[in-house]
Amino acid sequence: MPVTLQLPNVLSRLADGKRTLSAEGDTLSAVLRDICGRFPELGRRLRDAHGELYPFVSIYLNDEDIRFRGGFDAAVKDGDVVTVVPAVAGG
Amino acid sequence: MTIAAFPLPGAGRLPVTPHRLLCRNCGADFPAQPSAICEACLGPLEPRYDPARVLPSRAQIAARAPTLWRYHEWLPFRGAARLSLDSGFTPLVEAPTLARALGVGRAWVKNDSVSHPTLSFKDRVVAVALNAAAGFGLETVACASTGNLANAVAAHAARAGLPAWIFIPFDLEPAKLTASVVYGARVVRVRGTYDDVNRLCSQVADHFGWGVVNVNLRSYYGEGSKTVAFEITEQLGWRFPTVVIAPMAGGSLVSKLAQGFCEFLQAGLVAGAPPRLYGAQAQGCAPIVELVQRGGGPLHPVVPNTIARSLAIGNPADGPLAAHAIKESGGDAVAVSDAELAEGIALLARSTGIFGETAGGVTTAAARELARLGRLTPEDEVVLCITGNGLKTPDAIPARLLETPVIAPKLAEVAALAAATVS
Repeated sequence: MPVTLQLPNVLSRLADGKRTLSAEGDTLSAVLRDICGRFPELGRRLRDAHGELYPFVSIYLNDEDIRFRGGFDAAVKDGDVVTVVPAVAGG
Repeated sequence: MTIAAFPLPGAGRLPVTPHRLLCRNCGADFPAQPSAICEACLGPLEPRYDPARVLPSRAQIAARAPTLWRYHEWLPFRGAARLSLDSGFTPLVEAPTLARALGVGRAWVKNDSVSHPTLSFKDRVVAVALNAAAGFGLETVACASTGNLANAVAAHAARAGLPAWIFIPFDLEPAKLTASVVYGARVVRVRGTYDDVNRLCSQVADHFGWGVVNVNLRSYYGEGSKTVAFEITEQLGWRFPTVVIAPMAGGSLVSKLAQGFCEFLQAGLVAGAPPRLYGAQAQGCAPIVELVQRGGGPLHPVVPNTIARSLAIGNPADGPLAAHAIKESGGDAVAVSDAELAEGIALLARSTGIFGETAGGVTTAAARELARLGRLTPEDEVVLCITGNGLKTPDAIPARLLETPVIAPKLAEVAALAAATVS
């Protein structure tokens, strides 16, 4: 079973309108490489030119911010859900 | 004088303020819309107003109703603002005893603990966001909240007749839960931190198309915070203080304070140097303080652990903007412990007669810490932004204050207490 990537609407336009994608890989980096191979423009929105996370984007692996899990080096397994979330104001 | 004595333009409907949305990160330009995210870089969008619009004079502003809408030329809405026209313009209270305690020339409290109608500065942001929702024809509003925003969305939506969904951490303070459900909103408690709630609400906004005030209406919501700066400037007699100290949760308030002071300066309504901005957080959740003290770079999120629940945002979206605004102003950021913030609540109350919630305790304790560090001078004129009411977080006051005597209804027992107090 592959990993699921959930996208916000604003990025789904770069993935043929899909808000949910399946991807393969054993780390988050590998998953994003898989996505980038199929949707290069989307890939450029997920990591900056230096391969880092953009300042106004958070990526969650299941329920945890990847910055608590080793960033893009975080290990993933079949069935995991990766969620891309633009920054949200305080409340 | 009552609000009704002041005429509102357009018989309760304010004129349109034309605007577009610009990305603060890359500068891309978009038409007004219920979206807060740049399609190019995912940066935050914020309104940009027609530079040719006619701006009011000091006298024209002063003649308007004492609400945040007296500054409507600097507030965005599509269509005409018609909801929540009575929020804002809270008291600016001079605090000489607190000034002496801090060793500064003068001090004031910007007292949003008495904001109408829900006793926090979130009334400002919700007033603007709900008008945006109405202008865009959004029929349901929602929010992710640490409490104060929940109260404000629930109350303002009830008045507007809009259904409201409120998402909060499951373990929020009971008073804040009560002050949300009473208005009839659909309140949902989420097992997780505020950051978990935020993530969920981002998906909710996408999926349901609701007007989530701090997600897809964030561009509008944030503009309401500028009115704190406008009011401070006007209430001081059209001049700036030298220092403003404000609490930081998501970081929006501090960055919008800077923007508000700058906009009044550009409009020629005030002259001189804008104030130094100091941001305050609790040590158990201080990612913006850490970023300011590190001097820049990426924000490092944290897992919050503090009694200051209204500031417990471990991944503050506007943290980098707040850190930038603080540094640009010549200010700084400090974090205080939970014990210090509790003493801050007590200091504020006994020196000003104002009972602030935990965020107010953080702000007051931070002021004391800045004074101890020599960052405040006897020449300084300091404004403390007290953003919420202490009755929402009564359990946060120092426990020793609750050690009160219980006596029989006998004069002798009062006399004994009085004698003990004198001695």
